[in-house]
Amino acid sequence: MTARSGVLIVSVLAGFLATACTSFYEVPIETPIQPKLDVTNYSRVLIAGFVAGGSDEVDANIETVRLLRSQLRSKSDLRVIEADVLPLIEIAQEQAREAAADSENPGLPDKIGSENDLEAYERVFANVDYWKRLGEEYQNPLIVTGTILFAPHQRSGFVTREREVYDQFGRRVTQPVRTYMERKGFILRPKFMFIDGRTGATLYSETFREEVLYNAQQNTPALSSYFELMDRLLPNFLNTLSAQKIRGTRILLK
Amino acid sequence: MRARILLLAAIVALMGAAPALADVRSEARAQVEFGIAVAQRGLWKEALYRWERATEIDPTYAAAYNNLAVAYEQLGDFEKARSAYEKALEIEPNNLTIRQNYDLFKEINDRKIRGSDR
Repeated sequence: MTARSGVLIVSVLAGFLATACTSFYEVPIETPIQPKLDVTNYSRVLIAGFVAGGSDEVDANIETVRLLRSQLRSKSDLRVIEADVLPLIEIAQEQAREAAADSENPGLPDKIGSENDLEAYERVFANVDYWKRLGEEYQNPLIVTGTILFAPHQRSGFVTREREVYDQFGRRVTQPVRTYMERKGFILRPKFMFIDGRTGATLYSETFREEVLYNAQQNTPALSSYFELMDRLLPNFLNTLSAQKIRGTRILLK
Repeated sequence: MRARILLLAAIVALMGAAPALADVRSEARAQVEFGIAVAQRGLWKEALYRWERATEIDPTYAAAYNNLAVAYEQLGDFEKARSAYEKALEIEPNNLTIRQNYDLFKEINDRKIRGSDR
């Protein structure tokens, strides 16, 4: 037996022993999360439009419809209906005027600036006949609608930040420092309503609230904040209609 | 004197039982190892069966319960996953690996519960 073959045998044995002694195995897993709503009776979905307000810089109705349609096209089995976006504020005001028979005072705020303003508009979702008619027009799909508040927001107070300093050995270290800061950003509060296009009845509704704050000197475009906030809640929205898989790793033991 | 005899008898009994206990553990361990090998190839149902067998053979084998919980997670059975993790931690409360797996599981499970509460 030459020295080289001896080394080979020893290394193979060492490898075998190492494998035999390993007692931790990291494995990738995909955890399936079942959809919150049973949509097996629907083959198509209509993202109709939203009662939206809060900021003049972003048309949250148009942007939300576009975003949800594109997400559902790629991440759901439902066929997305391409249709004009409903001007739901005007429709709600018209319905309120008809109900009140008073063309001057429909009882709904003209400008939506807060959650209270939006709540006044929620009556439109209870109008079963309207949604049923809309459903008939599009061959009874699942209808997605709701309210969206995307509003500027500011807050001041003490925040903890990391500050880089050099220690006595010249090494760079970070230290937590509490500083008073004025911050501004946006709040996104969507309420998604899922309506049965055959009956006009609300099947399910879900409300989210996300906010983002930046340094007051930072100038972040409203539209980019809107997408940043929508990104956070999209997985949850999609999980209402389709099963999602959450990827992760776990350790198996011997 | 009598106490000594009793102690001796207990030691002898334990020594007699030790090979049997070792056999049980090594049989369960064989199931666990096979389960790991098939799980690494994506055969989670087979792995689940093996780890269930391991816990039946040796109900004090924390690693088998941990692996069983991971398999239940992969297959979407959250209730059984929780109960298997809890059993594993009941047997080995200080096992950090099981604790870490359980924390990751709870994160997903809480998200699911939050979603269905809305």
